[in-house]
Amino acid sequence: MIEMSQRSFGAALLDPDLPLPDGVIGPRGKGAQKRFAVYRNNVTVSLVNALGDIFPAVQRLVGEGFFRDMARVYLSEEPPRSALLFEYGGGFAAFLDRFEPVSKLPYLSDVARLERAWLDAFHAADADPLRPESLGAIPPESLGEVTFTPHPAARIVRSKYAAVSIFSASREERPLDHVRPLDPEDGLITRPRHEVQVRQLPSGAADFFEALMAGMTFEEAANVTLERHPEFDLPSAISAMLEAGVFSACSSSQANPEHTA
Amino acid sequence: MTRPAPHSPNIGTSRFPDAPLPPRAGAGLKPDHIAAILTDDYRIGFLEVHAENYMGDGGPAHRALAAIRAEFPLSVHGVGLSIGSEGGISATHLERLARVVERYEPAMVSEHLAWSSHDAGYFNDLLPVPYNSASLERVVSHIVQIQDRLKRPILLENPSTYVAFEQTTMSETDFIRDIARKSGCGLLLDVNNVFVSATNHGWKPLHYLRDFPLELVEEIHLAGHAEDVDDEGDLLLIDAHDRPVADSVWKLYETVISQAGAVPTLIEWDNDVPEWPVLRREAQLADAILDRLGPGSLLGSRHAAE
Repeated sequence: MIEMSQRSFGAALLDPDLPLPDGVIGPRGKGAQKRFAVYRNNVTVSLVNALGDIFPAVQRLVGEGFFRDMARVYLSEEPPRSALLFEYGGGFAAFLDRFEPVSKLPYLSDVARLERAWLDAFHAADADPLRPESLGAIPPESLGEVTFTPHPAARIVRSKYAAVSIFSASREERPLDHVRPLDPEDGLITRPRHEVQVRQLPSGAADFFEALMAGMTFEEAANVTLERHPEFDLPSAISAMLEAGVFSACSSSQANPEHTA
Repeated sequence: MTRPAPHSPNIGTSRFPDAPLPPRAGAGLKPDHIAAILTDDYRIGFLEVHAENYMGDGGPAHRALAAIRAEFPLSVHGVGLSIGSEGGISATHLERLARVVERYEPAMVSEHLAWSSHDAGYFNDLLPVPYNSASLERVVSHIVQIQDRLKRPILLENPSTYVAFEQTTMSETDFIRDIARKSGCGLLLDVNNVFVSATNHGWKPLHYLRDFPLELVEEIHLAGHAEDVDDEGDLLLIDAHDRPVADSVWKLYETVISQAGAVPTLIEWDNDVPEWPVLRREAQLADAILDRLGPGSLLGSRHAAE
C-alpha cells in the first residue's frame, strides 16, 4: 500500500474530483477533506502564479481572471516535469493554439512563444557577444566562408501576426491602438549584456540569422535569403546582428574555429 | 585571532571568502531587494536562496547572487530534491544542486523532510510523508546519497503538515532524530512549522521542542502563517510565508534560543514580498532576541564561538 501512496496522493492533488488518497486522515479522528484541500490549493495556486510570472503579456491580454482559469486547465494537462519552474510552460503556446476560448486571438500563442523565449534567454549561459573587430579581422576574400557560433541567449520567433508589437505593448502596459494584428512580424531575442532584448526584424533577417545559426556560411546564408527576399538589406542585417549580440564567435575555417571574445 | 581557523577549504581555488553563517538573523533573498541590501547600513547576518532559482546556466540572476555572495555569508536551501520521494531522488536534480553548491560555496545547504515530485510531474509543494520504518530508511538513504555527492553534511528541515497518515507509527521528533543519527545530517528547525503543525495536529509546541534534538540544530527558520479552518471548523494554520512572524511564534523562538543558544536564524517571506525595510525589521527583531537570550542559554553560546 505504501509504495502506491504518492501516486494516488499526486493524482488527487491535480484532480479535485478524486477521493482522498488511501491512508490520508485527520488527527484524532478528524476529517481530512479541507486539510487535503490545502495541498491541492498550494499546488494549483503556486503553479498558476508561476505561469503568470512566465507569461505576463498573455495574462494582461486576456485579463487576470481568465488567465488563471485557463492556466488551471493547462497545468492539469501538462504539470511541470521538473523542479526548475523557470523552464515550465514549454507547451503553453501549443496549448493556446488548440484552446478554443482564445481562438479569436490568433496571435496569443506567438506572444507566449516570445515570452517563453525571453525567459530562456534570461537564464541562458553567459557569453560575450561577437565583437565587430573580430569580424573585421577576417580578410575580405575569406568573408564568404565565415561561420558563426550562436550566442547561448539568441532566439528567433516568427509570427504570421504582429506578435512582437503586441508583446512589447503588453509588457510595457501600452495600449494596442496602433498595432495592426494581421501584419506578420519576426522577433529576435538576445541578451547582449545583462538585459534581455526583444527586437522586431526587418524582412529577410530572420531567414538570414536562422541560416547562420544552423551553421551555413555567410555566403550561403546571404544567397538563400536573397533568393526568398530580393529586398533583403544585408549591411543593416550585419549591423543589427552585431548590435543585438546574435552570435558569440566567428570562424573563417570549419577546421580551425577561432573563438573570439 | 590567536589560533588558526578550524577549517580552510579550497585555499587558492575559492572564488569567494570563507564565510560561515553567523549566529545572527538572515533573510531569504529576493531579486527586488538586492540593491537595497548591498547599500544598507544595516548589514544582514546572511542571506539564503532557493537552490532551484539558480539552476539556470547564466544570466542576471547569477550575476546578482555572485555580488551578494562576495559580501555576505550564504545559505542554499533546496526545495525540489523530493527527499521523501518513493521513487528515489533525481540524479539529474542532485547534479544541478551540486553545481549550485560548487558555484557559490555556501556556508550551509539544507532541504526539506517532504516530497514534491512523482512520475506524474513536479507539484511545487512540500508534501508530507508517513513516519514509519520504511519511510525512515528511504529518507536516510536519500540524504546519504546527497551528502556523498555534495561531500558535506546537509541540514534537514521539519515540515508544516496538514494531514496525518494511517501508516504513521512514529512521532515526528523521533523520526527526525533517527534520520539525523543514521545519516549524519544536521537539522534546520523551522519554529513556524513547529507552531503550524502542532496547532494542526493538536500537539503542544513545547512538548515537540522538548522531544526535538536541539543540540543538532544549526539553523532556524521563522515565517508568517495564515489562518483557515478544518473540516470540523477548528483552526487550521497554513505555512504561507506572506506576512510578519506571529507573536506566538516569536515566543516559541525565545524558548528555543534560551535553550539552544544563538543559532543563525532566517526570516522567510516568499509571497506578497514587502519592501526590504519591512523584512529588515523582522530580522532586527530576531537579532534582538539572539543578543538577549543567546549568551545565557542552557546549551551555551556554542555557535557564537565560531
